[in-house]
Amino acid sequence: MPLLEIKDLDVGFDTPEGEVHAVNNLNFSIEAGDTLALVGESGSGKTQSVMGILGLLAENGHVTGQALFKGKDMLQMSTAELNQHRGNEIAMIFQDPMTSLNPYLPIDRQMIEVIVHHKGMKKAEAVAQAVEILRAVHIPDPERIIRQFPHELSGGMRQKVMVAMGLLGEPELLIADEPTAALDVTVQVQVTRLMSALREKSNTAIILISHDLGIVAGLCDRVLVMYAGEAVECGSVNQIYYDPKHPYTQGLLKSVPRLDQPEDGGLETIAGNPPNLLALPGGCKFRDRCPSAFDACSEKPPMQLDEDRHAFRCFLGAEE
Amino acid sequence: MNDRVMRVQDLAVHFKLREGGLMRSKTHTVKAVDGVSFDLDAGETLGIVGESGCGKSTLARALLALVKPCRGRVLWLGEDLNKLDDEALRKKRLDMQIVFQDPLAALNPRMTVRDIIAEPLWTFFPKIARVQVDERVRGVMKMVGLLPNQINRFPHEFSAGQCQRIGIARALVLNPKLVVCDEPVSALDVSIQAQIVNLLKDLQKKLNLSLVFIAHDLSVVKHISDRVMVMYLGRAMELSHRDSLYRQPLHPYTSALIKAVPVPDPKLARAAGETGLTGDMPSPLNPPSGCVFHSRCPFSIKRCQIEVPALRRMESGDWVACHRAEELDLTIGKSG
Amino acid sequence: MTKKADNPAIDPFEAALGVSDVKGRSPWQDAWHRLLKNRAAVYSAFIMAAMFLMVVFGPMLISWESDFTDWDYTSSAPGFASGHWLGTDAVGRDLLVRTLEGGRISLMVGLVATIVSLLIGISYGATAGYFGGAVDRIMMRIVDIIYALPFMFFVILLMVVFGRHIVLIFVAIGAINWLDMARIVRGQTLGLKNTEFVEAAKACGVSDWDIIRRHIIPNLLGVVIVYVTLTIPQVILVESFLSFLGLGVQEPMSSWGALVSDGAQDMESAPWTLIVPSVFLTVTLYCFNFIGDGLRDALDPKDHF
Repeated sequence: MPLLEIKDLDVGFDTPEGEVHAVNNLNFSIEAGDTLALVGESGSGKTQSVMGILGLLAENGHVTGQALFKGKDMLQMSTAELNQHRGNEIAMIFQDPMTSLNPYLPIDRQMIEVIVHHKGMKKAEAVAQAVEILRAVHIPDPERIIRQFPHELSGGMRQKVMVAMGLLGEPELLIADEPTAALDVTVQVQVTRLMSALREKSNTAIILISHDLGIVAGLCDRVLVMYAGEAVECGSVNQIYYDPKHPYTQGLLKSVPRLDQPEDGGLETIAGNPPNLLALPGGCKFRDRCPSAFDACSEKPPMQLDEDRHAFRCFLGAEE
Repeated sequence: MNDRVMRVQDLAVHFKLREGGLMRSKTHTVKAVDGVSFDLDAGETLGIVGESGCGKSTLARALLALVKPCRGRVLWLGEDLNKLDDEALRKKRLDMQIVFQDPLAALNPRMTVRDIIAEPLWTFFPKIARVQVDERVRGVMKMVGLLPNQINRFPHEFSAGQCQRIGIARALVLNPKLVVCDEPVSALDVSIQAQIVNLLKDLQKKLNLSLVFIAHDLSVVKHISDRVMVMYLGRAMELSHRDSLYRQPLHPYTSALIKAVPVPDPKLARAAGETGLTGDMPSPLNPPSGCVFHSRCPFSIKRCQIEVPALRRMESGDWVACHRAEELDLTIGKSG
Repeated sequence: MTKKADNPAIDPFEAALGVSDVKGRSPWQDAWHRLLKNRAAVYSAFIMAAMFLMVVFGPMLISWESDFTDWDYTSSAPGFASGHWLGTDAVGRDLLVRTLEGGRISLMVGLVATIVSLLIGISYGATAGYFGGAVDRIMMRIVDIIYALPFMFFVILLMVVFGRHIVLIFVAIGAINWLDMARIVRGQTLGLKNTEFVEAAKACGVSDWDIIRRHIIPNLLGVVIVYVTLTIPQVILVESFLSFLGLGVQEPMSSWGALVSDGAQDMESAPWTLIVPSVFLTVTLYCFNFIGDGLRDALDPKDHF
């Protein structure tokens, strides 16, 4: 049984301008110790799908479908039941550490809350463990840092504290939403290294939400590419990077500027602009920007699965 | 080959921060930019790279005389911008424009695209006829890849990428000679990023613009720059031609930055070695003595803690501020 | 080759070049549409419009004069028989007419004092906020000093020196109210002047005055409008308070506050003299507050996706 299995997930928002379909019919699953990346550009629904699963949607949002965590549907759980899982078995790291740390509490109080609350650990013991994990994430002088307040730390330091906090309860599932987007490259490397090291240590499954294909390549086993609220391609990291089937994935990979590529002649791009979620086109959502769109694309292409669990939503590639 | 348009000499911008109460306030000095020098030719693109807090945005504003330097000079076609009176400086602004990082925040939400793009025109030519303004605005919109029939729309009706095009159109409407781009693509999605970089490149060629392109992303800078300057804590660490910088960086910081760029290739990404950099950038309030980079530098020696290395010219014609530049071989791809 | 053939979307740019201009939807229009969806605000606006019409034209349509004493019906209860629909007060004056005329004064005080504070507050606050530094410090210290003056003392002082006069009420309330407005505007300006669009305007040499006029003021109007709709009822309340204390308008003129004050004295014998002006006052205050809430939601939609 997979650790987390998502079936037919739909997330929508009621806005004054009409209903926004942020996520449409999303399916995926993740095993213990696995690393799955949700990749897509802004508005692709990658964050909202996870927010929907965890019951963290904004007030005007609603979610349908199934999210089976160890066989139990999280979407049917009461808030109290959800809280049993959130923070304990499932931890989350957000993009902006400043908004998810309480500015009025010192780091230690915030860090040990999880283990004292869920695991019933003694306070002194919990602090000792928190210091240990801060040391593990290469925070210098953790005994001093742990008594400081969030604003006294630099951005990179705060994000490392967030990672440490996420890992402190030894969760079975860690959901990281753009954990490195606000960080400088040199610190980015440190944080991703840390996540993969700790995954190996405690067999934590990681869902990494990112738009950065470079980070995903280094950290994840499987990749799910999303476009306009739909999964367009899903496969192992090698399948996605070396043999992308969907034109959007291909375009995305080509438009990443790379250091190991000749610089003359300009970058490859995907034409056009991301779709307006209030007025999504029928059929294939990518067809307006697709270089190889043809007549059949006005119908919605089904998800096709080839032999090695490599799925993609495109009419092309089927004929091969 | 080209004419020099801008010459920056020992430019320094320091901010005073006051801390404490009414009676006993302490002033700290943040050396946001500290002794930066470079030249810029017509039609040339200079990339400026560095991590957040390295002073690159302040430098951008100092180049356009939007902040006052406390030392040094910015010479625009031989004239010191900071010695000009207000009116003369205003005239100079005809030639130099800026493009900002956050495309939506850079546009007044209550103005139509026409008014936003036309504002520089009205400012410099208040007597110009409305028909002419309209014609020019539509022309520039077409040039940057916006549909001219969108002229009456408001910024919130456009996507981020289109907003950035509006920002670029505003910068180009006066036919400037220099455009300073302050992280113009950092807030954009990958596919849109590439569109904007290509657009800037095309426009530069077409209009023979000088560009100062600021970014924290080395791979983007590589695709647009002729020369690249790497900054750290307000100082220039290296100023090299693009090809030599990416192949054989002279400064350990440059090489660490290059190695830290994530490669969108699973096998290469997993095979990548350590960057050798640990820790965060020190606080600009209290920079390290000597070479500002010595606290994170894997090659640091005693001399680095004491003596500030000057930016000096190497045989190759590239510039570096490192005591050990000659002895270090930092060629990329050699040691993996 | 069939792939690319008939996909007009491939090059929408060339295709759309000939299309005529598209009309834009300004943030104001968006806010207006959101406001129209807010029932409480719309109903309140209708009620207030009706109230304005009644107050302005009502006294002309009613045959009673506000200072006419009907000795046949002193302290008569509301009813149609007497012709005094809402009753009369202790000296036989028609309560409906008096309430409507009192409403003129109350609403006028509310509007005029608010407009005065708006004009002074915006120009003062925007100047202080935009120029910052020493200018800001001096200007805001002046505000602090005026703020520190006890309001009642100030009013009584004015009354003593100049005698009781309606203009003095405008002056007194206006002189205090612009302080809040100036502070709010200054705060907004401080935020706005660091935005990139203001910096962009500076970079292309737009003058300070034009920046304030074109970029700062239009963008703080939203907050100001909300504040205004909350200031009007506040001012009406302050005037009522002054009248209640006997420092407000003088007989035979009256305002809602003065009427409530009179009514309170006859509360036991003629409760309608208290109830009628109180209802008018309360409805007005409620309506302005609902309109203010509606405007705030419309102008500053937090859940905007």
